Amino acid sequence: MSISRRQFIQLIGAAAASGMLLNAKGVLAAPSMDKLYDIPRFGNVHLLHFTDCHAQLRPIYFREPNVNLGVGQAIGRPPHLVGEKLLHHMDIKPGSSEAYAFSYLNFEQASNAFGKVGGFSHLATLVKHMKDSRPNALLLDGGDTWQGSATALWTNGQDMVDACLQLGVDVMTAHWEMTLGDKRVKEIVEKDFKNRVDFIAQNIKTTDFGDQVFAPYVIKEMNGVPVAIIGQAFPYTPIANPRHFVPDWTFGIQEENLQAMVDEARAKGAKVVVLLSHNGMDVDIKLASRVRGMDAILGGHTHDGMPVPVIVDNAGGKTLVTNAGSNSKFLGVLDFDVRAGAVQGFKYRLLPVFSNYLPADPEMEQLIGKLRAPFENRLNEKLAVTQGTLYRRGNFNGTFDQLIVNALMEVKGAEIAFSPGFRWGTSLLPNTEILMENLMDQTATTYSHSTLTEMTGSMIKTVMEDVADNLFNPDPYYQQGGDMVRVGGMTYAIDPNAAMGSRVQDMRLNGVPIEATKKYKVAGWAPVAEGASGEPVWDVVATWLRSKKSVPPLPLNTPRIIGMDTNPGMAL
Amino acid sequence: MQVYTMFDSDEKGVQVMDQGRRNALRMASALGLVCAGSLLGPMRAFAGEWKANSFEAKGLANALKELGVDSYTMSGEVSVISAEIAENGAVVPVSVNSAIPNTEYMAILIEKNPNPLSVAFNIPEGTEAAFTTRVKMGETSNILALVKANGKWFAASKEVKVTLGGCGG
Repeated sequence: MSISRRQFIQLIGAAAASGMLLNAKGVLAAPSMDKLYDIPRFGNVHLLHFTDCHAQLRPIYFREPNVNLGVGQAIGRPPHLVGEKLLHHMDIKPGSSEAYAFSYLNFEQASNAFGKVGGFSHLATLVKHMKDSRPNALLLDGGDTWQGSATALWTNGQDMVDACLQLGVDVMTAHWEMTLGDKRVKEIVEKDFKNRVDFIAQNIKTTDFGDQVFAPYVIKEMNGVPVAIIGQAFPYTPIANPRHFVPDWTFGIQEENLQAMVDEARAKGAKVVVLLSHNGMDVDIKLASRVRGMDAILGGHTHDGMPVPVIVDNAGGKTLVTNAGSNSKFLGVLDFDVRAGAVQGFKYRLLPVFSNYLPADPEMEQLIGKLRAPFENRLNEKLAVTQGTLYRRGNFNGTFDQLIVNALMEVKGAEIAFSPGFRWGTSLLPNTEILMENLMDQTATTYSHSTLTEMTGSMIKTVMEDVADNLFNPDPYYQQGGDMVRVGGMTYAIDPNAAMGSRVQDMRLNGVPIEATKKYKVAGWAPVAEGASGEPVWDVVATWLRSKKSVPPLPLNTPRIIGMDTNPGMAL
Repeated sequence: MQVYTMFDSDEKGVQVMDQGRRNALRMASALGLVCAGSLLGPMRAFAGEWKANSFEAKGLANALKELGVDSYTMSGEVSVISAEIAENGAVVPVSVNSAIPNTEYMAILIEKNPNPLSVAFNIPEGTEAAFTTRVKMGETSNILALVKANGKWFAASKEVKVTLGGCGG
C-alpha cells in the first residue's frame, strides 16, 4: 500500500474541518448530526473499530493526559504528544470540538460547551449511521470491554456481552476480559457469542502443548473482497493481571506466529489483512516494522485517541497503525479501496462520539435501562461532592488516584500508599456529586482487595523500579502499557531515560530520605497473588468520602521529573 | 532433534486443542509412565559426555571456560525465540534453532543465573538443530544460545525480563 502526499493532506484536513468551533464569546454554533458526521464512503472495504470502552455504557467525561512521555525512538512520535504539541502536529484548531476530544486543554470549559462523550446508545447511532453509507462494514471490538464499571462487575460481564450483541460487534479480541476467569470467558465465547461474534487471538495458547485456545483469525468476504482479521490479545495479561485467572494459558507477542498467520491468511486468498490488536501503540509500531503483509493494525490498550494513523515501513510494504482511545469516546472508521487484488488507497478517521449531537438509539437505550435497573439505587448513592476536577489518566498521577491514595493512608493508618497505574477510569467536573458509580469506575476489578503491608525501603525501591521499567524501557516489547504506580505520602524523583535500577531517586517521607532497611507501613490495592484478601478498595474509599462530604481540589504528588523538559509528551 | 510436538489442524487449517492427547499424557504423567518413555531421549543422547563442571560453574566466564569456549561469533543463523517478558521466571519457554551446517552441539546459558549453563545437547549428524525447552531464570537476563559447528563457536542472545508484575494497564 502506498499513500500519496495529497491523500494525506486530505486526511488530516478532514479531521480538522468536520467539527464544531466556539466563537469569541465561547458560544457554540453546533451543526446537525448529519453535517458533523457526514463522512462520504470511500472504497469498498469498511472497518469500524472501538476499543477499551471499559464497560462505560452511559455518556461520561474523559480528560486526556497532559503527561504521556515517549522514550527512545518514541520521543515526540504519536501517541507521545500532549496538549498544544498534539494539536499542532495533528493540525487541529484550538477551541474546536476536536481539541476537546483529543486533548486535555481547557477541559472544564470545553466539557461544559461540548458535553459528555460516549455512551453505547450514542455509539449505536453512529455505528448505524456509518453502516448506512458503508454496506457490509464490520464492527471490531479491540477488548477491555467487559471490565471497568460496577454493572460489568456485578453481572460478571453480562451487561457488556448483551450490549455488544445489540451493538452488532462482529469480531473481538481481549485483555481485561480474562480477569473474569478462563471459564467465564470460554462460556461467553461458546454460548453468547456462538455464530454471532468471532473471538480471536493468535497469541493465546495452552501452557502445556502450545495449542491455540481461540481461533487466531477470521476471513470475511466484504463486497467481493476477502478480508482477514487476526486477533492479538494483550501479550502480558498473566503478568500485569493475576496469573491465577488464566493458569493454563500463555500469551506473549508471538511475532513469529503472527507472521505465519498473515502468510496463511494471504495464501487462503485474503486481499486485506488487518490485526485487531490489544498490544498498545508503541508495541504495535514496532510490530508493524517487523511483520510483513499487514495493511493495518487497529490498536488499543494504551488509550491513545490518535486522529491520524502512523504509517510504518517494513520489508513487505507499509502498515497503518491506529489507536482508538477509550471509554467509548471514539469510533474509528477505516475505508480501503481494494482493486486488482490489492489495497490501492485508504481513508481513516477517528470520530469522537459527542453524546449531545448523536441522538440515543432507542433500542440500545432501552436495553441499558433494563440492565441497570436492578442496581440503580446502589449506583446513585451520593458519597460526597468534589470541588476540583477528578481524572486518572497521565503517566504519574491523576486527581482521582490522589483521592484514592489519600483515603487509603487515612483509613488504613499508612505512611505511604500505592495505587496501580491503570489507564481506565472516567472524569468528573468540579462541584459535582461523586456517586458510588463514579467510584466504581475507578476501582471495579475482580481483585480490588485493599492491603496494608510493612515494606522495607529497598523493597519499595524495587517495586517502583520494576513498574518504571514497564513504562519507560526504551524497547516497547519490554513495556506493559500501564502508567506509573501512583504514590501517596512519599515523594521521589524519576529519570525515565536512566537504566532500570537507577530511574527512581531521592525517595523521601516528610522530607526525610527513605532508608533501605527501615520498614514502612504501605497501603495498596489490587494484589495479583492468588488467595489475597482485604476489604474492597471501593468500600475503604466510600467510607472516607462519606465522612468528608466535600473534597477540596487535591494537590498532586507529582514526582520531580528529570531530563524531560523538552519532551513534547509533557505539559505541566 | 525436534523435541517439541506440533499443532493438530482441522480441515480449515485452524489449530484446535487436542483434548484426547492432553488427557492421555496427564494420565501417563500421573502414573509415572513418562519417566520410562522417549521423552528422556535428549538426556540419554547426552549422557555419554556429561560434564558436571560446566553445569556447576559460577558466572558466565567460568561456564564458558569449562565448556572450552575461548571466543564465539554472534550469528544471524542462530535464533533464540522466547517471550520478551517471562510469565513465570521458574519456567521460561525457549526455542533455539541453528541453520549453520554441521551443527554438532547447542547450549543455553542464562547470563545472570548463579550457574549460567542451563541445558546442552549433542546434535548427531543429520539431525535438525532445533529444540524447545524451559529454563529457570532468577532475574532479568540475557539468554545466550551457544552453537558449535565445524569446530567453531557461534551464538545468539535475547534479553528476557523477569518482572514483579501487577502493573495493570
